[in-house]
Amino acid sequence: MPKVKVKRKSTAIDMTAMSDVTVLLLTFFMLTSTFVEPEPVQIAVPSSVSEIKIPETNVLQILVEADGRIFMGVDGPAIRVAMLRDVAEQYGYEFTDQELVNFQESAFFGVPLSQLKALLDLPLEDQEKIMVAQGTGVPIDSTANPSNEFKAWVKAARKANRDVRISIKAASNTPYSKIHLVMSSLQDIRENRYNLITTLKSVAGDF
Amino acid sequence: MAEVQQKDGGKKKGKQKKMNIRVDFTPMVDMNMLLLTFFMLCTTMSKPQTMEISMPSNDKTLTEQERDKVAASRAITIILGGEDRVYYYTGEPNYEDWTSLQETSYADDGLRAMLLGRNQEVVAKIRELKKEKIDTGMSDEEYDKRAGEIKDAKTAPIVIIKATDDSTYKNLVDALDEMHICSINKYAIVDITEGDEWLVENYEKKGELTDQIDRDQM
Repeated sequence: MPKVKVKRKSTAIDMTAMSDVTVLLLTFFMLTSTFVEPEPVQIAVPSSVSEIKIPETNVLQILVEADGRIFMGVDGPAIRVAMLRDVAEQYGYEFTDQELVNFQESAFFGVPLSQLKALLDLPLEDQEKIMVAQGTGVPIDSTANPSNEFKAWVKAARKANRDVRISIKAASNTPYSKIHLVMSSLQDIRENRYNLITTLKSVAGDF
Repeated sequence: MAEVQQKDGGKKKGKQKKMNIRVDFTPMVDMNMLLLTFFMLCTTMSKPQTMEISMPSNDKTLTEQERDKVAASRAITIILGGEDRVYYYTGEPNYEDWTSLQETSYADDGLRAMLLGRNQEVVAKIRELKKEKIDTGMSDEEYDKRAGEIKDAKTAPIVIIKATDDSTYKNLVDALDEMHICSINKYAIVDITEGDEWLVENYEKKGELTDQIDRDQM
């Protein structure tokens, strides 16, 4: 009687198909994801129950640090340059092409216009460090109109891109007086709709 | 050309060893999965939440009084103080009686309980609508439309948020959040007036300032 031959089955599964699928998905996610521009300062935002997501493009971000310093950032290098040209013209400053290129490289800025030229002449990698360490933020003033460069920047952003959405990202321990300055400045230039960036907070109950 | 030249004659010609061309893809899949997870998490998690607010425009020729003129029976004024304190009064400020200003908190049983109590009718209707939405599979647009109608009811409270300079941004967001939670559609962030600051001060001193007023008047 011949021995019953147990057929040895290989346990190895063909992973090729699986690999195909994962590579495909990976490509999709890599292409659709956009890189978040690094922010110059860390800001701890308050939490809220709001679940609206901020759009990825056409956003003018206003970062408000706890000490009231303001940094601004726009996505799209072309818009950044257009803004700088516009504002510089209003205040009578001139920037060289190299400075414009430098300006469009960094996502956020937060210095008065009078210091911007000196900052842009520095090597690119030092700019952000110095801006955060020594910068005073974008000047904002409640009363004197000409010195309120913040308004000029926002106006320029609106001019450069009509669909821009203003979003305020402020630290949770910022005194209200600082926020009030930003809000009233925006109100003055008739920017009455804007977003406040928060993190998600879970809430008990189903309201 | 591309063939490998074999030195030892034609004996073994055509009998090349069959190489197994199958490659094990398991590590590749592992790595891909890892990267995939990373990218998926990054794209969905990094999106911050946002609150939309619209402020009344400044250039309408509204005087301070006109802007504050909302039906007294519907108005609730919330004053955000320093050190995470919050006060409220309903209707017109009553400078005579310091107890008209009440202190509450940002906790669930504080501001939220008070607002939900005032806004009972709307909250109940919104809940019904939510139930209906689940039962009938109503479209989001219609839900939003009907919710908007309910929230705009004539009896719904109007909340005026007045933040003092001592309060923080977090307080403001918390207060706005409560509006959202309590289905209050009509609210406004208004500059604080001297009268309101005085009310808070009077409250802290348990009505001592009221006596001063009376004496001044006499």
